[in-house]
Amino acid sequence: MSTESAPSSGPSQTEEMTVREAIRLAMREELDRDDDVFVIGEDVGEFGGVFEVTSGLVDEYGEDRIRDTPISEAGFMGAAVGAAATGTRPVVEIMFADFLGVCSEQIINQMAKNRYMFGGKTEMPVTVRTTEGGGMGAASQHSGTLHTWFAHFPGIIAVAPGTPRAAKGLLKSAIRSDDPVFVFENKAMYEQTGEVPLDEDYTIPLGTAKVEREGDDVTVVATQRLVGESLDLADELAGETSVEVIDLRSLYPLDTDTLVESVNKTGRLVIADESPLSYGTHAEVATRVMENAFFSLDAPIQRVGVADVHIPFSPALEEEVLPDADDVKAAIDRIV
Amino acid sequence: MVAINIETEDGQKEALRRMLTIRAFDTKAGELFGDGELPGFVHLYIGEEAVGVGACAALEEDDYITSTHRGHGHCIAKGLDLERMMAELYGKANGYCNGKGGSMHIADVDAGMLGANGIVGAGPPLATGAALTSQVKGEDTVALAFFGDGAVAQGQIHEAINLAATWNLPAVFLVENNQFGEGTPVEKQHNLQNLSETAEAYNIPGFTVDGMDVTAVFEAVKEARKRAVDREGPTFIEADTYRYRGHFEGDQQPYRTDEDIDLWKENDAIESFKERLIDAGTITESEFEEMEADISAQVEEAAKNAKEADYPDPNEAYDDMFNATVPEIDGFAQQMRTDGGEDR
Ligand SMILES: Cc1ncc(C[n+]2csc(CCOP(=O)(O)OP(=O)(O)O)c2C)c(N)n1
Repeated sequence: MSTESAPSSGPSQTEEMTVREAIRLAMREELDRDDDVFVIGEDVGEFGGVFEVTSGLVDEYGEDRIRDTPISEAGFMGAAVGAAATGTRPVVEIMFADFLGVCSEQIINQMAKNRYMFGGKTEMPVTVRTTEGGGMGAASQHSGTLHTWFAHFPGIIAVAPGTPRAAKGLLKSAIRSDDPVFVFENKAMYEQTGEVPLDEDYTIPLGTAKVEREGDDVTVVATQRLVGESLDLADELAGETSVEVIDLRSLYPLDTDTLVESVNKTGRLVIADESPLSYGTHAEVATRVMENAFFSLDAPIQRVGVADVHIPFSPALEEEVLPDADDVKAAIDRIV
Repeated sequence: MVAINIETEDGQKEALRRMLTIRAFDTKAGELFGDGELPGFVHLYIGEEAVGVGACAALEEDDYITSTHRGHGHCIAKGLDLERMMAELYGKANGYCNGKGGSMHIADVDAGMLGANGIVGAGPPLATGAALTSQVKGEDTVALAFFGDGAVAQGQIHEAINLAATWNLPAVFLVENNQFGEGTPVEKQHNLQNLSETAEAYNIPGFTVDGMDVTAVFEAVKEARKRAVDREGPTFIEADTYRYRGHFEGDQQPYRTDEDIDLWKENDAIESFKERLIDAGTITESEFEEMEADISAQVEEAAKNAKEADYPDPNEAYDDMFNATVPEIDGFAQQMRTDGGEDR
């Protein structure tokens, strides 16, 4: 299936940059392209955001378009919903996904249901950017991976980039979408670098996965940080096991076709996502594959994730619970 | 920690000692963080010592406090142990939360310290709950919530104050106005002259006190505590103060200048209290130096021990989720172990 929009004209140039820069570039391009777009959140202005993702934008676009808020997630998430319903395109930054709980009423009952409840009469072009994941010793209230919650809720589109390129392309599509889109950024990835298209029309359709590396023996469907780790692992295993690595990219809608096509070829599936294992993203991916490629499977599907616990503070404990390439390797070993 | 009477000389010395301890502890924590010794984020309380100490001094041992992400000072003021605090900052097994919590989540429920908190504004509802327990059980305990000026913008604190006011609960709401919520100045977050005006909406008393003056904070909280135990309901206190360090260690602080900080330092809570005590003959310069050296040795010792202490066994990562045993967690834990980890 076609996954990325080819640039309409001109040579497709790329530049090596970090995930952080790719996201900032996406915002800059969309702020330039559309006056209705504005960024809102805690300390996104002069401070530049705690992860420095919005750094410098206030100097270019001013305080009206890069808008600092008081620490009131429910208030400004709600304001973004109201603003979106009345003709603007807010890009909301929630510093840590863990804080989504603070404003979940506005997300669940207002943002997600608005269009449907009102008979399709309103648009809800809100983008919510938030950070997820452990690895920084940030402890339980700042390390969660919550994307399953929101991907599960009808009315919300949820994406989670696994490469710098995906970070740019997905965010641009999110901002251009007339529906609520949540972009879950893994904070351990902000420094990760890669080639990113400079074309201002480069976008990635929401709801598409990408085969990042082809292989024959086993499919690893990964998200966020685990995409890079799985790609490195695939390199390591080359010659021994041929691993196909897919960046899931979009949690909802889910690109079942790409998954099924891959499993039809390899016959084996490992799902690697840094979220709790029960009732989650893993389960959804597994179910889609079972429903559509059951007879292609040569071995039980394997899940790699967090063992239904919170992310602890101590490095000794955090390292224990966070999934990484070794866990993916162990999962492959169990079925290949 | 037992209430101390700041009207007595011993009480004054004790208050000074606690303020110094907080400063020494947090100075050390900042150093350790800078040296890459501590994982995670560290938010220091330096500059705000008079608020935590003045407030906790006015509380009785069984009273409750709720804290914030900037909680080390509250812990020390409430009498928590430096060694176990340091161990928690390091993520060691003997820390207050066995390494699961870290700087932002130190708690000691037995000591009435209901937890530092990583969620801005989450403490006041917890304090309202603790005050409710006290009322329901007919106890004489009081619950005090520490929270920042930034937290005053959070809806849940208003719900908490409204409940406490409506139900006449023995609660004290103490906002530490250190002038910033992260990098945003208080004027950009609130359309109020004084945050204590908030109290009017709930028909409870509201005061603004000098948060650089430990005695002023003590007296305000003591009065509020008296109202609470006399069943006269909650009080809202704003303490004006300043944090000398960045929001977190490593913050570049584009939002203020060194001159701004120096202006507040002229009125440093510890310096001015010390001078007052020396002028009054309560303490001599050399006694003060002795006190400082003693505290510094304690803090160094705590840091050294914490550094040498053991990390928790990785298997403990799967403990404490539920009271009951959940087979999934054990099963998943087993599946996820790649180091050939032994059975539990
Ligand atoms: C619900 C929530 N939103 C945002 C944050 C990120 N954050 C941590 S501390 C802080 C500033 C808090 O300011 P204030 O309440 O004034 O306390 P201070 O840091 O000044 O002590 C922010 C925005 C958070 N931890 N929780």
